[in-house]
Amino acid sequence: MGVAPVEVEQPTTGQDAALDAPWVTVVWNDPVNLMNYVTYVFQKVFGYPKVKAEKLMLDVHHKGKAVVSAGTREAMERDAETLHGYGLWATVSHEL
Amino acid sequence: MSWEDDWLSAERSAEDEENLEVAASFRPVAGGAAAYFEEAQAGVIRYLVSQVAELVSADSTATDAGIDSGDLEAQLGLSNHATLPDDPVLARLLPDGYSDDPAASAEFRRYTEESLRSGKIAAAQTVLSSLPPGGGQVQLSEPECQQWLKALNDVRLALSVRLGITDENEDISERLSADDPRAAYVWVYQWLAYLQESLVEALS
Repeated sequence: MGVAPVEVEQPTTGQDAALDAPWVTVVWNDPVNLMNYVTYVFQKVFGYPKVKAEKLMLDVHHKGKAVVSAGTREAMERDAETLHGYGLWATVSHEL
Repeated sequence: MSWEDDWLSAERSAEDEENLEVAASFRPVAGGAAAYFEEAQAGVIRYLVSQVAELVSADSTATDAGIDSGDLEAQLGLSNHATLPDDPVLARLLPDGYSDDPAASAEFRRYTEESLRSGKIAAAQTVLSSLPPGGGQVQLSEPECQQWLKALNDVRLALSVRLGITDENEDISERLSADDPRAAYVWVYQWLAYLQESLVEALS
């Protein structure tokens, strides 16, 4: 499954948080990582409930990528590094 | 040059091949997960996991410079690599941290690549120390399960690059001709997906 050029969804953390924390971690779709594994990793790394983790996994799968966390640049780099450790394809970006 | 060549050219008996076809999978047990592996299955996993570990450690800054060399960057655990590795498998295992900012990616790599490499090597070592070469019953604690998941995933990522997998719905065996040496890896790739999926299930 290729990566579709879609717009990144804004994190739903509210306007104030978006102003304070405009950095995000994006996870990209790839044809290798298993759906249940990606869901599991989101639960494990971010402590997200299964429903939220599954929704993010499906966003990655269907839209090509999804914003999985938002915060300071340093925190996003830590998230991306952790996700690389699990073999997920994650990048940091500055989305406004 | 490909790191699977040794395994492909190694002599394997028909019995080995048959044993591999009996899919091993994990089941939940108290405190973790367990699975039974035939000797041939253990051999394939151990071989592939060691190959990935070898690839990941081969040109790391720590290996290049050595802690004794007095190289300050290596001592601090910083990588001297700034760009995506040339080897496509390594590039997938050690990806860029920014999709559109090479300078930021280079800086990210400098600070994270060495620890990412050592994490992958540690995951491989957990698999090698918990899976006997002769196969048998394997019981894993939850932390060991985490390491197994990472190591199995790394092997699948590596195989996917070698097999040229770009579409998860494609029937790879149809694309590869029967005399393509990579054809032998299609079922290994599929079996490892099944095994990894069963391990996630066992932990859920």
